Amino acid sequence: MVSIGAAIKNPGSTKNNKTGSWRTFKPVSDKEKCIKCNFCYMYCPEGCINKEYDPDYDYCKGCGICAEECPVNAIKMVREE
Amino acid sequence: MVKKVISSAEAISEAVKLAKPDVIPVYPITPQTKISEKLAEYVANGELNAHYIKVESEHSAMSASIGASGTGVRVFTATSSQGLAYMHEVVYAAAGMRMPIVMANANRALSAPINIWNDQQDSIAERDAGWLQIYAETGQEALDTTLQAYKISENKDILLPTMVCIDGFILTHTVDVVEIPTQEQVDKFLPQYEPEHAFLDPKDPMSIGTLADTEYYMETRHDIEKAQQKALKVISDVDNEFKDQFGRGYGLIEEYKTEDAEIILVAMGSICGTIKDVIDTERSNGQKIGLLRVRVYRPLPIEAIKQALKTDAKIAILDKNVSFSIGGALYNEIKAIINNPTYGYIVGLGGRDITPEQIREIIEKTKNPTKDVEWIGLKE
Amino acid sequence: MDIDEKEYLAPGHRACAGCGATIGVRLALKALGENTVAVSATGCLEVVTTPYPETAWEIPWIHVAFENASAVASGVEEALKAQGKEDTNILVIGGDGGTTDIGMQSLSGAMERGQNIIYLCYDNEAYMNTGIQRSSSTPYGASTTTSPAGKNSFGETRHKKNMAMIMASHGIPYVATASISHPTDLMNKVKKAAETKGPAYIHLLQPCATGWGFKTSDTVKLGRLAVQSHLWVLYEIDHGEFKVTVKPAKKIPVTDYLNMQKRFKHLDDQHKANIQAYVDSQSKELGLTD
Repeated sequence: MVSIGAAIKNPGSTKNNKTGSWRTFKPVSDKEKCIKCNFCYMYCPEGCINKEYDPDYDYCKGCGICAEECPVNAIKMVREE
Repeated sequence: MVKKVISSAEAISEAVKLAKPDVIPVYPITPQTKISEKLAEYVANGELNAHYIKVESEHSAMSASIGASGTGVRVFTATSSQGLAYMHEVVYAAAGMRMPIVMANANRALSAPINIWNDQQDSIAERDAGWLQIYAETGQEALDTTLQAYKISENKDILLPTMVCIDGFILTHTVDVVEIPTQEQVDKFLPQYEPEHAFLDPKDPMSIGTLADTEYYMETRHDIEKAQQKALKVISDVDNEFKDQFGRGYGLIEEYKTEDAEIILVAMGSICGTIKDVIDTERSNGQKIGLLRVRVYRPLPIEAIKQALKTDAKIAILDKNVSFSIGGALYNEIKAIINNPTYGYIVGLGGRDITPEQIREIIEKTKNPTKDVEWIGLKE
Repeated sequence: MDIDEKEYLAPGHRACAGCGATIGVRLALKALGENTVAVSATGCLEVVTTPYPETAWEIPWIHVAFENASAVASGVEEALKAQGKEDTNILVIGGDGGTTDIGMQSLSGAMERGQNIIYLCYDNEAYMNTGIQRSSSTPYGASTTTSPAGKNSFGETRHKKNMAMIMASHGIPYVATASISHPTDLMNKVKKAAETKGPAYIHLLQPCATGWGFKTSDTVKLGRLAVQSHLWVLYEIDHGEFKVTVKPAKKIPVTDYLNMQKRFKHLDDQHKANIQAYVDSQSKELGLTD
């Protein structure tokens, strides 16, 4: 059954859709190098990098923006196994 | 309760004032403007506490209506003809999003050529949008129907917008005696709108107007179908409740001297007044003529119409609209549900006067029909 | 700057990898906070965020059609006012097609009426949702599916519509340009827009990997190059006061920006020089260079 007018009363429910499966490369960060500049957090199109700068692989699509924008090259894109 | 000699446009405005909508987005178009001007006046005078949005088009009038209704408040707007056609896209969206908006449509012909006078092509062209459509015959009925419309649309089983249709100029600009209920009476009949299905509130976030793919879209359309079916009973119930409180009721259809009729005319809107006069005259001449007035057009009250036409009478259907090559909408729809000999007559397009003589002509033609569909009142 | 750690646009949405629109909207929502209602025009963002029965939105959200987001927002605003919720932010979000083309009339109406809304145009310079067709925001020389480069065509023949200045001509209290590459500038502008009583318009340049033809990792970089080349000048017009908000340290050649994108690949030196001349004149006009 579809809700009246197809309204969705479950905010944020796209979280049910794990877009991590789209990925061919995954970002792997080197915490030693990280200078906590926040860039990866700010620029993530999925909003799936937390304040500890860990990407949520359930959702990360592997776009590579975080690696590209990291000013100290602390993030590498590694091919998915 | 007071009685006033007012136009149907003013009667609708009085009803809107009594229904107390929070938001009124409107755009001017003849002959609807009589309504929006009156409402602007009420707001300016402090008689109506509504947010009146002077939008830049009818498309935006309906869009703002949806935005406001989606926020959970009562909304009114009004339009005519080109304005209704211009908002077509969002007329569908209002029903699909299940917004209980009430809109008055002052029926007027569609371009081209441009013509500001009455026919019903504009609202008929929106018949499939999912809205309820009710055609009033008089100013009193226009006022009463507007009040009923909110109660019908806001019913939890319905949640569909209602279009109250009144014939442009014929009703909008002519005056008649109209009883205006008191605020206390109306408040009792029409409680405040309490939205459950759609309201934009940061404390309880929801997404409305979403994307439904092949898995879900068809069910949303079927849900509208179910609501339209339920609306027949809800409209009757609301009408009965209104009658109990105000002493006036209208029914889904109105049968006028049909019981022994050999010919039954079928029509919608103000023309029915003229037809009734002709019937009275013809009956005094021994002619058994009757009228079935279709008041509620969407949902079409199929069973009520079938019941009313369960006679051997010949049926003459008058349409102030045309679906080219197959006759008017009402003719086609009613012919499909009855077995009587049924004939269609296209009348009054672009405000062409419909005279008692033409109605007699229709009666005569129906006695000895030569065509399924005829245009009446054409110039040579 | 202090940043709201809450995400108002949840992951799992269906935007392409490296989408610039979701970056911009995420940041704008962080600047506004939870007391916000979003109104979307039809477009990429609307489609990728609300595939029934899922929504990415953590705040109230409404969409009706393509051209009418500003009118829908006007209704929302007046209805919220009627309910005494005058402090709720109303963020209207439309792409360049939904803003500069089909949504122009309803947007102009809402601005002229002084509706208290924040309009954010995410400009990816073509109709990306329908397959990269040219809009009035498509720049000179860009090859799109309806302005393809070919034997007799160098792509789009017109420069993009100057939407921010058209909005400024409405006399509204706040107009700004922004780029997803400059989050602090963007968020400051969104905050300012929210604090402004009356209409605010923010035109956000949003590189699109799919439509422009570049690596998904370069979305932010392209935005930065646009700003550094003065192709995209970051400014605001606050109650009539014009101010450039980001002055790039060094103006780079526009080819640094153009050459990274497939949509400009076909351009010859003359076309590139034409673009450079256009950028130079704009840069002067806006006071970035003498």
